[in-house]
This record gives sequence, structure tokens and C-alpha cells, in this order.
Amino acid sequence: MSAVVDTSILARREGASGRLSDFFWRNPKILLLLMLTPPLLWLGVIYLGSLFALLLQSFFSIDDFSGLINYEFTLATYRQLLIPSNFDIILRTVVMAALVTLASAIIAFPIAYYAARYAKGKWKVIFYLGVMLPLWSSYLVKVYAWKLILAKEGIITWALAKLNLLWLLEAWLSLPVVGGSSLSISYTGTFIVFIYVWMPFMILPIQAALERVQGNLIEASADLGGNPAQTFRYVLFPLALPGIIAGSIFTFSLTLGDYIIPQIIGSSRLFIGQAVYAQQGTAGNIPLAAAFTVVPIVIMGLYLWMAKRQGAFDAL
Amino acid sequence: MRSDKNTSAPLGLKIAAGAGLAFLHLPILLIFLYAFTTEEKSYQFPPPGYTLQWFAVTWNRPDVWAAMGLSVRVAAISTAIALVLGTLCAAAVSRTKFFGRETISLLVILPIALPGIITGIALRSAFSFAEIPFSFWTIVLGHATFCVVVVYNNAVARFRRVSGSLIEASMDLGADSFQTFRYIILPNIGTALLAGGMLAFALSFDEVIVTTFTAGQQSTLPIWMLEELVRPRQRPVTNVVAMVVVLLTFLPILGAYYLTRDGDQVAGAGK
Repeated sequence: MSAVVDTSILARREGASGRLSDFFWRNPKILLLLMLTPPLLWLGVIYLGSLFALLLQSFFSIDDFSGLINYEFTLATYRQLLIPSNFDIILRTVVMAALVTLASAIIAFPIAYYAARYAKGKWKVIFYLGVMLPLWSSYLVKVYAWKLILAKEGIITWALAKLNLLWLLEAWLSLPVVGGSSLSISYTGTFIVFIYVWMPFMILPIQAALERVQGNLIEASADLGGNPAQTFRYVLFPLALPGIIAGSIFTFSLTLGDYIIPQIIGSSRLFIGQAVYAQQGTAGNIPLAAAFTVVPIVIMGLYLWMAKRQGAFDAL
Repeated sequence: MRSDKNTSAPLGLKIAAGAGLAFLHLPILLIFLYAFTTEEKSYQFPPPGYTLQWFAVTWNRPDVWAAMGLSVRVAAISTAIALVLGTLCAAAVSRTKFFGRETISLLVILPIALPGIITGIALRSAFSFAEIPFSFWTIVLGHATFCVVVVYNNAVARFRRVSGSLIEASMDLGADSFQTFRYIILPNIGTALLAGGMLAFALSFDEVIVTTFTAGQQSTLPIWMLEELVRPRQRPVTNVVAMVVVLLTFLPILGAYYLTRDGDQVAGAGK
């Protein structure tokens, strides 16, 4: 170290701050360590620590008689996930997440494509803010807005009555599974609200992927005789796929973990998030709640692994 | 005809994109309409009449003010913590290459990538395990954890564009690390930090899922709203609060947009 000091063209700095500054300049590793310690303590110790503690609890079980946690390693809690009533919850949530993801992708694509390829100047800003404002505006307010819309006395019933299409709504609500006594207490309602709330998370990555598609690729496809459907199928869709997968990570993960939307707008049948909430709260069964949270973690782990192989992370 | 002049979109695409944007915005606009309705027992549409009285009623509600005050204080302190942690992390990750760099990015993103309920229940069981009673600080702890990522993302994007040669030039001209930070780095990343801070504030102000697990008896504004959603008691007051919340969250978003809009023109970016 002393050799470096002797040959340097600048004199040593005076004062505490100057000496400290010199010290960091010569020992960048110590500066790096000092910079990383606070965030790593916070995220690595507090956050990851709680996460591991939670996962650990899923290997404990609860004593049926005393209601106390039995601190012995067991897989019994995981076995409980497979009993029909619990497995139905998992299946219902995964199917809903898949449908929501698919529908979001279909609705998001035209918005993202228009914003990426055709919107210029003022319209580019309008599209950008048009996606960012709903993305960032309050989650609960958005859910609340749909409670107003889907209510029996709300705007949808009113609009359909004006159009003399009320019979259509009644026919839909009388269907098995998707129906219910009103839109706000049916799977249809839950589905619509999920799409609405997560939609911006789908638009942004698709738009990012499409921004990178050169316009002349589309024109080349047309020049070579491809009709719009073929151009979409063989050029646009494969190039947008990483963006769609990146967006689906959000829509899928967020739907898997949400417990507020199905509680406020939906039938009384539970989703994974609600099961976790009920198990840790009223039931006081932390091990089962922890085992339930492992389900979305495992599903998302597999999903992320597949997404990574498709190159979706470059589109984030 | 040059093909690149042909920039008008097919009609079908225009309609689909327009309808999509309308789908995203009409529900929020509807909130504004309902804030003025005279109907207080149901969600009747169209409203039977319009009134301003609910604004006065809401103004005089101490529980709304208490919830709002708590939310603002939590968001302010969480944002301050997130600014420090996020900037440190971004500076470390972008200035140097070291072992485990990718892992750190993943660690920062994790609290927002995993469903909120997992973060919430993990923190809750950790609190009960360590026998920490729920308080203002347990809420802040949860919020700061997922706010770091917002600041980090903004700061990392800007650090990438701040030219390294500027920092070297400053050092060559005799400035020490602190002077370089004060006069070169800070002015260049300032707007990105401000934007990140605004977004973190908005995120914290709106958060409900993690908060339900870390709040105990206190209620932030989103918790107050959630209770009204599950068991509606004061529909008109909820309508007004919902509208105010929309307006309050729009301000930081617009602010953050204007601050980062010209981010490409950072000094020395041409290098």
C-alpha cells in the first residue's frame, strides 16, 4: 500500500474526510461492503429470515386437540393439502390464474401493439400515461369501482336494460359455475376484476418486446405475400412471446396470491390467498397456512424456470 | 411510395386499442361520478341526484383523518428508508462487478415478485416468533421492504447512464469522493431518486395486503377502505375517500413521469 502512496502524483488529503476519501479510493472493496451491508441486512436477514422461518413452519403440524403447534418434523401438513376440499381450492385458483392470464394477454396485445408501432408524439405520451395511471392508482379503489359497476342496481344492469338485453345477463347468470345471483357474487365478476386490476402488468412487457420489432420485418412479411393473419402468426407473435410470458409472470403470480378480490367480488368459495388468511387468522393453524403459501411459491418457481428458458427476462 | 411513411393503423387495431384503454379508465371515472350521488343505501346507477354534502361529511370524520395521517407518516418514513437502502444497493450493483451481483438484484425484486400475502404472513409470523408487538414500526418495516425495489429500479437505470468518465474527471481535478458525490453524482441521479421516492410513496400509501398482516389495531387509509368494502356502512363517505385517493395517487405518478421523461439527456450520456 505504501508504494502506491509514494508514487501518486497528488499529495495525501488533509482532514478526516479527505483521509477517509483516500482510504475508500484505495480500498474499493471496503466501500462496496459498507454500501451493501445496510440493504443486505434488511433484505437478507429480516426479509429472507422471516420467509425461511415461514417455510420451516410448514413442516410442523398442529395438535388437533390442544390447537398448539407441534414442533416436530412432519409432512402431515402437506398431506392435508391433498384432501379434496383443500385441493379444490388450489385447482380453482390455478385455473382462474391461467384464464385471467390468457384473457389479459388477448386484451393487452392490441393496446401494446398500437402503443409500440403506431403511437407517435402526443399519442405516445397518452398511451404511456394511459397505462401507468391505472397501474399505479389505488388497488382498493379499482376493486371498489367494480363493486359499483357489477352491483345489481349498477351501471351494467342499467345499460343492458336500456338496450333490452337484460335477458342475456339473466341467461348468463343462470349458467352453472360462472353464474350466480348477481355479477358481483359470481366467478364471472371475480374474473373480470382480476383482468382489470392486472392488465397494465401485461401491457408494459408486451409493449417493451414489440418496441424492439423492426417495422420492416412486418413489411417484409407482407411483401413476401403473407396476409395479416400469417404475419401475426409467424412474425409478430413469436417475437412478442417473451414479452407475453414476462407479463404472464405478473398476472399469474398476482392472481395466485390475491385474497381481497375474491373476498369482495366473488362467490363464497375460497382461493389460495383466502385459505392462507383464514388458516393463519381465525383457525390459528400457521403450519397449514405456511404449507398453502408454498403452493404459489413452487408454481411460480417452475413458471419462472420455464420463462427463463424462453428468454422472457430480457423483456422485463 | 416509401413503405415507412405508411404509419396509419388498421381500423380494427385502433378500435381494439381504444376499447382497451377505455376499459382501463372508465371504472376510475365512475368513482368520480359516485362521489356526488345523493343515494346512500345502494350503488344505484344513474345516481338519482347530485350533491356536495358528502365532501363536508367526510371532512368532519376524525376516523378518516386519523387513517390518512397514519398512511402519510408510514409512507414518508418507508420512503426515506427505501431511498437510502435502494440507492446504496443500486450504487454498489452498477459501479462494480462482484460475486453474487445477480443474486442481489433478485433479492431486491423478491418482495414484490412474490405474492404480497407471502411477505405479509412471513413478517407476521416472524414478529410473533420474536415477540415484537404490532406498532407503527412494524407497518413501516413491511412497507420499506417492498419499496426498496422501486427506488432501486429507478436509481439503477440512471446510474447506468451516468458516464463513468465524469466521475474520473472529477477525481482527476482533485475532488475527493464526498465532493464528487455531492457535486457530480447527486445532481445527475437526483431526479431519478425523486421519481423513485414518489413511486415508493404511492406504493406504500396504497398498500393493503402486507399491511393487514403487520398492522395490529391501527388502520391506514387502505385498511379503512377495506373494512368499508367488506362491510359497507358509510357508502357516500367511502365514495368521496376513493375519489380523493385517486387524485392523490395521480400526482406522484405524473410527477415521476415528468422527472424521468428527459432521463436520456443526463450530462455525459453521449459518451
